[in-house]
Amino acid sequence: MGRYVARRLLLTIPVLIGASFLIFALVYALPGDPIRALGGDRPLSPAVQAELREEFNLNDPFVIQYVKYLGDLVQGDFGTDFRGREVLDTIEQRLPVTVRLTVVAIAIEAVIGIIAGVLAGIRRNGFLDNLVLVSSTIIVSIPILVLAFVAQFVFGLQFGWFPIAGIGDGWYSYLLPGMVLAAGSLAYVARLTRTSVAENLRGDYVRTARAKGLPKRTVIVRHTLRNSLIPVVTFIGADIGTLMGGAIVTESVFNLPGLGRAVYDAIRAQEGAVVVGIVTLFVFFFIFFNLVVDVLYAVLDPRIRYD
Amino acid sequence: MTDRNRRGTAVDQQQADLRHDEVQAGTQTGLDEPDVDVTDARQNSLWSDAWGELKRNPLFWIGSLLALGFVVMALFPSLFARGADPRDCSLANSQGKPSAEHWFGFDQQGCDYLANVVYGARNSLIIGLLAVAVVLVMGILVGAVAGFFGGGVDSLLSRITDIFYALPLVLGALVVLRSGTLGRGVVAVAIALAAFGWMTAMRLVRSQVIAVKSSDYVAAARAMGASNGRILVRHILPNAVAPVLVYTTITIGVLIAAEATLTYLGVGLQRPAISWGLQIDAGQNLLRVSPHLVLFPSLALTLTVMAFVMLGDALRDALDPRQRA
Repeated sequence: MGRYVARRLLLTIPVLIGASFLIFALVYALPGDPIRALGGDRPLSPAVQAELREEFNLNDPFVIQYVKYLGDLVQGDFGTDFRGREVLDTIEQRLPVTVRLTVVAIAIEAVIGIIAGVLAGIRRNGFLDNLVLVSSTIIVSIPILVLAFVAQFVFGLQFGWFPIAGIGDGWYSYLLPGMVLAAGSLAYVARLTRTSVAENLRGDYVRTARAKGLPKRTVIVRHTLRNSLIPVVTFIGADIGTLMGGAIVTESVFNLPGLGRAVYDAIRAQEGAVVVGIVTLFVFFFIFFNLVVDVLYAVLDPRIRYD
Repeated sequence: MTDRNRRGTAVDQQQADLRHDEVQAGTQTGLDEPDVDVTDARQNSLWSDAWGELKRNPLFWIGSLLALGFVVMALFPSLFARGADPRDCSLANSQGKPSAEHWFGFDQQGCDYLANVVYGARNSLIIGLLAVAVVLVMGILVGAVAGFFGGGVDSLLSRITDIFYALPLVLGALVVLRSGTLGRGVVAVAIALAAFGWMTAMRLVRSQVIAVKSSDYVAAARAMGASNGRILVRHILPNAVAPVLVYTTITIGVLIAAEATLTYLGVGLQRPAISWGLQIDAGQNLLRVSPHLVLFPSLALTLTVMAFVMLGDALRDALDPRQRA
């Protein structure tokens, strides 16, 4: 197990470097001159421009720029944007918003998804089962963009139940965007739970438990659920990494000042250091949670061995 | 089991659903059981079984009808526009509400909105189909090479795939399109989407190739002197057709939604192109006064995506006997 984790961690390094290189190269190709744009209507003097260019290594060839950036990054230095602000400061300021949004989304997805899935799986082809199947197909088909506007219009504007933008109301303001962000995964969790529960209910050990005369509730909660939730828990774990990097649209529509919004703004403003820094962070989270999940999988299911 | 596939560019919700295909493909024909015996006769019965299953599935018929409807709409939009021209606008009608005469009302410029929404189908479908074609070409090529040759080639290609995989789809496409090296047209958007969307196809094909490459009939073909290329194309890849077909169908929907998202974020298609993403973007500021401006393109977009998701779901149920309870 220890060796497996070590090997996986080692494999993480080239992926992280590769992803940051890829995004660095893409950002490098962004058009326009960020230094000149910095001055706006009052152009900076050539001397200042030259100085800034030197400071941000903009005169170096592309690969050298990247190596210098990577060297700083390894030491925990994310660099500064063109206005002299530490990228790490931006991340520290924006990260809590994204984390809260993700926490809310994951909680919604886990609670509602698992309950719906269990109810559907217990009685296959029953009313609830069909309801879950049909509604999950519909939810999965609604683009998040559309879902965000519908939620904003119906629950924010028409009913006035939720704030439509910003984070002024604390955790409450994350509820609606959290639901929007969670919707697709929720439908998937429900389906996964349903299939898994239905499959496990046919297992020999469940028949044994029933034959022993255990109450139905115990059979389902103590015996079936424990096994059925293994794939569900691992999916939800991996989804944390996915949702953190996938909230650009949600954060844009609901005007949440999180990392997704920050990276979007940075792409528009050609703030290369900010884009590369945040995207690298997204990639790190994604890889990290996937690794955690793979380890968790072996812990939860002793049949799985990593050698 | 060690090679459980993971995906995560799930900026878009449907992508979560695709994980299902992958997990299926990864475990069902995983490394543990390399001797999947798929002969021609069984292939045939798989397809005829599948058709029998499909015929009885309402999802399949709803999905097909919707998809067909939108394809016809993309090909002959004038049939659906009730005689209105999307570019024939009069400011006097600005933001007109839906009426018996003009079912979808008018947009801010006073253009007939039904015509605009109908004409939007073409760009969405072209981008979805074009992007999925590129995804398939890249996925099959890279996946087949990685799975077939194994060893160092496989490691290298798999790591490259991991790198792309870890980048969110919309984010990657956003930067590519913003850089403007491809331009901002239909082809550019399709390529940008495909560039960050091919990884699942690659993994699917790779796992299928690994699953069957050591089977007896491949060894027989090799013994008869068949070249690598022939073995791949004639004997190995046909096994991947079923899972790839399911994946492709759902992915068309995913990519169409992603196109609207990119366009909404301001890096996809640009005016004067007619696109649902542009319509949603223009309508969002008027959400309070004229919600129909967001509603109708959203509805068209959702129905299109739903058509392909339903078709994919139905195909998966039909093609994967393990799912039949």
